[in-house]
Amino acid sequence: MHRLTLAQIARGLAAKDFSAVELSDALLARIGQLDPQLNSFITVTAEQARSQAQAADARRAAGENGALLGAPIAHKDLFCTQGVLTTCGSKILHNFKAPYDATVVAKLAAAGAVSLGKLNMDEFAMGSANESSHFGAVKNPWDTSRVPGGSSGGSAAAVAAGLVPAATGTDTGGSIRQPAALTNLTGIKPTYGRVSRWGMIAYASSLDQGGPLARTAEDCALMLGAIAGFDPKDSTCVDAPVDDYLATLNQPLAGLRIGLPKEYFGTGLDSRIADAVLAVVEQLKKLGATVKDISLPNLQHAIPAYYVIAPAEASSNLSRFDGVRFGYRCENPVNLEDLYKRSRGEGFGAEVKRRIMVGTYALSAGYYDAYYLKAQKIRRLIKNDFVGAFGEVDVILGPTTPNLAWKLGEKNADPVSAYLEDIYTITANLAGIPGLSMPAGFVDGLPVGVQLLAPYFQEARLLNVAHQYQQVTDWHTRTPAGF
Amino acid sequence: MALERCEVEKIAHLARLGLNESDLPRTTETLNNILGLIDRMQAVDTTGVEPLAHPLEATQRLRADQVTETNHRDEYQAIAPAVENGLYLVPKVIE
Repeated sequence: MHRLTLAQIARGLAAKDFSAVELSDALLARIGQLDPQLNSFITVTAEQARSQAQAADARRAAGENGALLGAPIAHKDLFCTQGVLTTCGSKILHNFKAPYDATVVAKLAAAGAVSLGKLNMDEFAMGSANESSHFGAVKNPWDTSRVPGGSSGGSAAAVAAGLVPAATGTDTGGSIRQPAALTNLTGIKPTYGRVSRWGMIAYASSLDQGGPLARTAEDCALMLGAIAGFDPKDSTCVDAPVDDYLATLNQPLAGLRIGLPKEYFGTGLDSRIADAVLAVVEQLKKLGATVKDISLPNLQHAIPAYYVIAPAEASSNLSRFDGVRFGYRCENPVNLEDLYKRSRGEGFGAEVKRRIMVGTYALSAGYYDAYYLKAQKIRRLIKNDFVGAFGEVDVILGPTTPNLAWKLGEKNADPVSAYLEDIYTITANLAGIPGLSMPAGFVDGLPVGVQLLAPYFQEARLLNVAHQYQQVTDWHTRTPAGF
Repeated sequence: MALERCEVEKIAHLARLGLNESDLPRTTETLNNILGLIDRMQAVDTTGVEPLAHPLEATQRLRADQVTETNHRDEYQAIAPAVENGLYLVPKVIE
């Protein structure tokens, strides 16, 4: 039962092969049995899951038949869940029970999805390895001595291990796509503004976007269809119709123009990953796609620009965690400044403090033009690269990550080396375009991901290409031994 | 341009972050490594390039000037570290 996709679950529930209660009970038992090896959940909401599953079964008995009605999911722990612990992977929110539901959470609940709990993550979504969580590192089910990627590492590990068929994640610089790549999943970061950020604890507001991680492109289409759309509570959410992502999954790829950016295949890329990615290209050609070499010349400038913009916005967003209204407060503060400084100093972990300080410095008097403004100008150059490329091709294809999942602890000593892992994913956030990662094979038993990028609001195209690829390959059906 | 330890202390103060004395050398070194990475930006020619603040270049949406929020004080204060009579408590501010 734990290997079923969301689409298969919908059919099984409709055919009464099993009930939503039976399904969620089976997965809750698996979580209890297997998650100690992975640490992917911070909170398991068994009681709430049972009542949601009972309600879903009752709605089905009354004749309803929604695709997600009774489907088990779980949420990254930065989506606010009313009355349920919402920690963002941080000590500073270790006791924070959100007073309301995020729009994404509310939409999935309304569709009848059953939430099994809250998933581990890098603290405040700052990391690529899920090692910066206050609640401990998450292990990769493909090799538990390795990282699952981050920051949605709990989401990735739980779905890959068959603890839940799909999960929510967020992506500020690759935090859906990179862990999906390292755990053999499909994950999509939608266009900026496609999914409401309301109730999503902010990291970098001009880059953050929520989306699904699942085992197939079809399941991503199901989830994205449920969470996308306009929300008046998020002032940057876009008021535009949502495509029917399922309706276009089966469109043939004949005539699809794929661009291969030469900068994505340069130094720094593991050549075995390059080979796997080029094999995907060959397969897509057989499906009728044509391939063109393109250039995105500003790729190399993306990392420095990102590591100004994201920390600058984070330093502002995270100023709300002050020990006054919610979350962690230090013991016996002697005055207000001491309360702020010690609550924040004790409540935030090392990586979060580093980024707050980098951002504070970049925004401080006299440095704004040299850092934040300069980074925003580079951001436009990166956007212009994509606009130019999409004049010639329909999608851009390349590796999701330059390396395979690394060993736990391997990159902890040098944050800059970990930052460089984001090279292929952060440009989509800076430009605001959608990006998807899908399974592309294995090297030494570890998953490889291929990334597809498309113009604004063309999520349907990405899901269509991935689904067509998954009809003629079986990488995405492979599961890790022991799970 | 490398940060000195005293500048790191100033940044930490601006961000209201209490740092341990023992962490300062390591923090200073790491911040300088990160700033070294960031400084690669300065080599990029951005003459005449307009900064991009929002990927879709959207401007803030306006709404009707109506009261839409309801009172949630009790729920919000139920999760606060210290409250009394509907007020958030902090250490004495005025001596």
